Amino acid sequence: MNVLLFLIPMALFLSLMGLIAFFWALKSGQFDDLQGAAERILYTDDHPEHSDPVNNTDDKP
Amino acid sequence: MAALDASLSGSPPSVGKTGPKLDLATAVETDADGLHTLNLLIGNVHCGGCVRKIEDRLAADPTVENARLNLSTRRLKLQWKGSADAANRLAGTIEDLGYPVALYRMEAVLERDKKTDRDLIMALAVSFFGAANVMMLAWAVWAGHFATMGQGTRDFFHWIAALIAVPCVYYSGQPFFLSAIAALRKGQTNMDVPISVGVTLTTLMSLYETWTGGPHVYFDGALTLLFILLIGRYLDHKVRGTARSAVHDLAMLAGQPVQKLLDDGTLQSVPPDSLASGDRIHVAAGERIGVDGIIRDGTSSIDTALIDGETTPKDVANGSSVLAGTMNLTGPVIVEAKSVGEATVLAEIVRLLEAAEQKKGRYMAFADKVVRWYTPTVHALSLGAFLGWWLFGGLTVPEALMIGVCVLIITCPCALGLAVPITQVVAAGKLSRHSVLVKSETALERLAAIDTIVFDKTGTLTTLEPELVSVPDDPDALSLASSIAASSKHPLAQAIRAAASDVPRAKDVEDTPGMGLTWTDEDGGEVRLGSARWCGIDETANDQSNTTQNALETEVWLTRPGQAPARFAFAPQLRPRTAQVIDTLREKGFDIAIMSGDRARFVEPLAKTLGISDWQGDMTPADKIAAIESLKEAGKHVLMVGDGLNDTPALAAAHASLAPTSAVDISRRASDAVFQGSTLESLPHLLTTARDARSIAIQNIVFSVGYNFVWVPVAVLGLVTPWIAAIAMASSSLIVTFNALRLDGTRTFARIATRRKTLDPLQKAEATA
Repeated sequence: MNVLLFLIPMALFLSLMGLIAFFWALKSGQFDDLQGAAERILYTDDHPEHSDPVNNTDDKP
Repeated sequence: MAALDASLSGSPPSVGKTGPKLDLATAVETDADGLHTLNLLIGNVHCGGCVRKIEDRLAADPTVENARLNLSTRRLKLQWKGSADAANRLAGTIEDLGYPVALYRMEAVLERDKKTDRDLIMALAVSFFGAANVMMLAWAVWAGHFATMGQGTRDFFHWIAALIAVPCVYYSGQPFFLSAIAALRKGQTNMDVPISVGVTLTTLMSLYETWTGGPHVYFDGALTLLFILLIGRYLDHKVRGTARSAVHDLAMLAGQPVQKLLDDGTLQSVPPDSLASGDRIHVAAGERIGVDGIIRDGTSSIDTALIDGETTPKDVANGSSVLAGTMNLTGPVIVEAKSVGEATVLAEIVRLLEAAEQKKGRYMAFADKVVRWYTPTVHALSLGAFLGWWLFGGLTVPEALMIGVCVLIITCPCALGLAVPITQVVAAGKLSRHSVLVKSETALERLAAIDTIVFDKTGTLTTLEPELVSVPDDPDALSLASSIAASSKHPLAQAIRAAASDVPRAKDVEDTPGMGLTWTDEDGGEVRLGSARWCGIDETANDQSNTTQNALETEVWLTRPGQAPARFAFAPQLRPRTAQVIDTLREKGFDIAIMSGDRARFVEPLAKTLGISDWQGDMTPADKIAAIESLKEAGKHVLMVGDGLNDTPALAAAHASLAPTSAVDISRRASDAVFQGSTLESLPHLLTTARDARSIAIQNIVFSVGYNFVWVPVAVLGLVTPWIAAIAMASSSLIVTFNALRLDGTRTFARIATRRKTLDPLQKAEATA
């Protein structure tokens, strides 16, 4: 049964990571435009400016 | 009077392409690095291709740092360096691609909506995290009951579950706890009270069991319950939020900038809400007046249909007061802005509106009525079970208390909490495909009770745009008029153009503001198209030749050298297929009436055409309220359909209300639902769906209450274990959800949540502008 002491924290840790990742995605605006995201994947990538991350607010050099 | 001065000059308000352009440079935000940011609303964006086209065009501009168009909200965030004045040029490039552009302004209400949205989804995520992890441990424990789990391991699992569940319940239960506390403070009870009591008691009792090493721990039940309820609540909130922001977007797109007259005599385009009292604006012929105020210079006649329902224009001159939303028809005027309080008509409307809203009071949702007796009943049952087992059953206080709490857990209104919201989500999704946006929470329930429908006339049964009803016999006259009219954006010119659009556009047409158009033909003869005065027609003689049946009509004349003048007549038209819609409604048993602010002689022919015997004209806003109140006293449930400012108090007074998207802003705000499109055809759909939704909501409520009471004896007998509670709760929620989906036939759930085509406000804005 000692394996539980390892497995349970592991399971909790992983799902907590999932939760944190979700919160991060939510805060960084990944869910702001679900329809747009679905369409953007179809763009051919010859326009590098389109491949920027979703929250494209930081200044470019 | 029929010889209205119909100038063919000036331009009507419409989105994007014509009318005064807002000087976007005033709305640009600039940060410390010189990066300019502008938020725009783009119309007619339907797919990724549009997004791509717009973004690529903007990215091709060397100064643009970032252009990102959100396909769901149709908002474009545009950032560039250099001059702030580039705003207008950049917006122009988008318009050149064929997409209308409007300035996006965030409203505080919508900001709050968005925040609530985010809070709910975060609570949802936390409850899911908690429910999934606790369930993992709970399954192990349940399996252990039938196998060989030792008490030590079980307690260990319970402790871990408690460590996860308590913070998760605390966090994700907030939406319910806060709402329950707010209701209790006001001395009311709502659905959130039994939910909060149930969840809190379940958690506390499970903590006690964990502490004492008992077998019955319900953390999983509490969290699953929260998870399921939060899904319902989130969808419910989302659907109404989408409707609200769509209505808001419409208002923004319809909102035309005004031409502010600066001290040096130049004009600046500014949003109407930036004007202060005393500012002067210039309104060209054919433009809508953007502010309430007093005419300081110029004479004109104005069309007040949107304000009081009158189809006959009023003459105004220096010193006349005018209201925002009226259309300046004939000549340019200078209007001095006055604050709303000073404009007596509007102040009166607002007073009536507030009185009507107060009188109506808060409608009590059906589910809340159920909860009113449900909550005390189950709490009494729980107390009864506790006292019964303790006093007569011979159990100790903790044991009896446990059974009492079990009754509360099993009767926790999980399905009941979902029964109505889930139905509303499905119904609102279905309605949005029929171009109806439902704004109010209880609108569907109230619509389901409707038995009488009252229509406003102008702008509701009829369209606001004039239509060409009489053309000269000479076909050349029409094609000539159309080729000249192509140069003007005046509504009457566009109506002529629409009647013969295949004619090439005439070149070098001269536009005389307030009067009409002139064109010189190949032989040097002067052709004039415009008002009777402009064309030199004797108005008095003409008035006699027109009988009163044509009193509704507005005229435009065409004069050519050597030929008799040709007359074009315009009249407001019924919305397409209105007669069929009225017939359908009558067949379904609704009483139909017309209440118009327009003169009775204009209302009568229309009422006859539609076969409506119950009509009234010349009604003031107060008359309309009085008429609705008397219908209410006769036991009727009235649906008011109207668009004008004068309908607004009646919209608020009626049991339920509906406005077209072309309505004035205050009417859209006062109404429960807004319909898009040029016809009234969505109205029967709305009423049918509302009734279907009500019957499904009632089925759901009856089922979930009944279901809970079936489990009560089991709980009272003390036979409930955690896994029975988990199955009981989840299954009833599922059944309720599937029942609600029946409303929408075979559509999938995902489709309901993402309604995109029908929610495009710009499609409609273009059509109505």
